Amino acid sequence: MMHPVIPYVIAALLFGLGVYGVLTRRNAVLLLMAVELILNAVNLVLVTADTTVRAALPHTGGVFALFVIVLAAAEVGVGLAIVLQLYRLRQSVQVDEVPLSYEERLGEAAGSGEAVPLDGDTWSSNARTASPWSVEVIP
Amino acid sequence: MTTADVLMLALGAVAVGAAAAVVTTRQIVRAGLWLVVALGSLAGLYLVLSAELVAWVQVLIYVGAVVVLLLFAVMLTRAPIGVSEDLDRSRWPGLLIGGGAGLGLAALLIDAYQWSTVDLADGAGAEEVGAAIFRSWVLPFEVLSVLLLAALVGAIVISRPDVSARVGR
Repeated sequence: MMHPVIPYVIAALLFGLGVYGVLTRRNAVLLLMAVELILNAVNLVLVTADTTVRAALPHTGGVFALFVIVLAAAEVGVGLAIVLQLYRLRQSVQVDEVPLSYEERLGEAAGSGEAVPLDGDTWSSNARTASPWSVEVIP
Repeated sequence: MTTADVLMLALGAVAVGAAAAVVTTRQIVRAGLWLVVALGSLAGLYLVLSAELVAWVQVLIYVGAVVVLLLFAVMLTRAPIGVSEDLDRSRWPGLLIGGGAGLGLAALLIDAYQWSTVDLADGAGAEEVGAAIFRSWVLPFEVLSVLLLAALVGAIVISRPDVSARVGR
């Protein structure tokens, strides 16, 4: 005997905390930690639903929770690779300093050397070319 | 209030408190360690909910692998060890949307389930979950293995140093 509302409310609160973290944190690694909280809230809902909902197939919630755990592992692997590449390019992992538009990036390349990446030469020369996002594929 | 309820309330309080510490602490490494507490108490919750295998997989993969990976990333990006003041941007949008989502979902679920009770299912150990995966969910399982391979290759390609060195040349 148990009251299913207890784990459901815990999951809802964890989800809210995760959303707060994603929207508030500036460090990309802390952002990934908040995403983990969201995924775990979903897992808790799945596992609780496994006991409360009498489905035709038993243990489906547990199976889906396992799938979500595997997806989270893959997500954190690729996410950390992206974070490390961002750090290598910009010497900083603050997500709100990443230029999102062409103009923003042009202004940054022409402006102060506050967030100049490791190879500043290629950065500013790149800003004069047609596309700032071109990545040359290494043969 | 049964024993399971009391256990779930206690573990849930620990999980929510540790999660709040993860998203509010001013020290990056401590955020990782609070994440261990939150994920560990969630594993306890899974045990109470009789999802045994999920609980141990949670301990193995989340507490064991994912947190270690995150702490490695903290080290590799040379995060400051002490207190840093610039970890957060303005809090109000996050408080509004996060609090709205969390409390709204909680109100919805409280309204849906009231104070109803349910019998705990018989345990979902390795045997039952394994049978469920390999009888009903074989195809997603296989697709998941392909996805893991793709994520592995993708992570290696993204983190190649010569990709960033040649950007925009």
